[in-house]
Amino acid sequence: MSVAIRVIPCLDVDAGRVVKGVNFIDLRDAGDPVELARAYDLQGADELVFLDITASSGNRETTLDVVRRTAEEVFIPLTVGGGVRTVDDVDRLLRAGADKVGINTAAIHRPEFVSEAAERFGSQCVVVSVDARRCPAGIDTDSGWEITTHGGRESTGIDAIAWALRVAELGAGEILLTSMDADGTKEGFDIALIKAVRAEVNVPLIASGGAGKLSHFVPAVVAGADAVLAASVFHFGQLTIADVKTELRSAGYPVR
Amino acid sequence: MVLDYGSGNLRSAERALTRAGADVTVTSDVALAENADGLVVPGVGAFEACMRGINDVRGGRTIGRRLAGGRPVLGICVGMQVLFDRGLEHGTDTEGLGEWPGVVESLEAPVLPHMGWNTVEAASGSALFAGVESERFYFVHSYAVKRWELFTHGRTTPPLVTWAEHGEPFVAAVENGPLSAVQFHPEKSGDAGGQLLRNWVATL
Repeated sequence: MSVAIRVIPCLDVDAGRVVKGVNFIDLRDAGDPVELARAYDLQGADELVFLDITASSGNRETTLDVVRRTAEEVFIPLTVGGGVRTVDDVDRLLRAGADKVGINTAAIHRPEFVSEAAERFGSQCVVVSVDARRCPAGIDTDSGWEITTHGGRESTGIDAIAWALRVAELGAGEILLTSMDADGTKEGFDIALIKAVRAEVNVPLIASGGAGKLSHFVPAVVAGADAVLAASVFHFGQLTIADVKTELRSAGYPVR
Repeated sequence: MVLDYGSGNLRSAERALTRAGADVTVTSDVALAENADGLVVPGVGAFEACMRGINDVRGGRTIGRRLAGGRPVLGICVGMQVLFDRGLEHGTDTEGLGEWPGVVESLEAPVLPHMGWNTVEAASGSALFAGVESERFYFVHSYAVKRWELFTHGRTTPPLVTWAEHGEPFVAAVENGPLSAVQFHPEKSGDAGGQLLRNWVATL
């Protein structure tokens, strides 16, 4: 008897529509988020993640409306991230029906935002997104990984592993760990990165970035992921949630 | 009726109960909450913050009066935890509503919070879990009741206690006359949670 490995589709939402970019650059429209959320719920998704990729350029009401309409129809946990900067942003998303809120850049600028959100709303709803990559030339960290902002376009020079540990200590209830090297490649999760973070933090870890085929998922879980997240392989029907669960189950992991 | 005391997930609870066939009102009005056919006490976040919120709307008295009249109450997540004597979180010892003896304390497990879908060991004869005994439910918590301390002798009906495990066994649900509670989130537990709520609504 143990908690099931979660399989989570991620919907990148831009102005109320689902898109998924290859390395976040070429955007392709994959439909209505509410429709997709319902379809994924029926497919057996354990949670849903909405990432509002245009949050910085406004359109917040549209996002809140999508969250509201999704929460009306879908009875599994919903995490919403993207452009969450203040405790009021967190409050609005939770009130609209999100169960958890993803925090990324704002935490890098002001780490105490994580503890403020956790103290006010509880750690259970604070997911910190860690967008990590191998340090490029000219950047050096102890672990060899750094965190990035702006969808991987900007370097921070902050050690990704130390950062994951810090946000967990600040009160993050979960870490959404995305490999910016693997994201969009469909060549598999960054196993070394997952292992390195798992060795340091004891909050649940969602592995993200690089899922391209069925055989990619089990290694991420072996490396220590509590949940696996993917987008385009699900959106374009290459894999179903059930395919991934069958694969995990045959490897001996509990699934719902 | 869903008790509104400033806790987070009221809309989720409201929608899921509506789907379960109930006519739902979210309220902090004492008279409404005391007299409704059923009262749901939701709860997310810290034990201490929830207790403060409940005390602000005199929730303990409302729950006590309902139970004295045999009127059903369902606690969800921290809404269940506050029904016990005490909560120990981050070194803070907070007095609970004391409907049941017992202490809410940190789980010991390699990964915390306990977050995700887990199975339960449904109590035999459970009404809440009828038809969903083998399903998984969605849990999010780091604290739990690890010892059930209410023992009954002879004349009273023993409460039905449902257990789950994350690192160690903990109380996942209790059915004790008009007072029921679940540590997981039925409102987020898909169809299984929907059925559990329908089962509860059917007892009202």
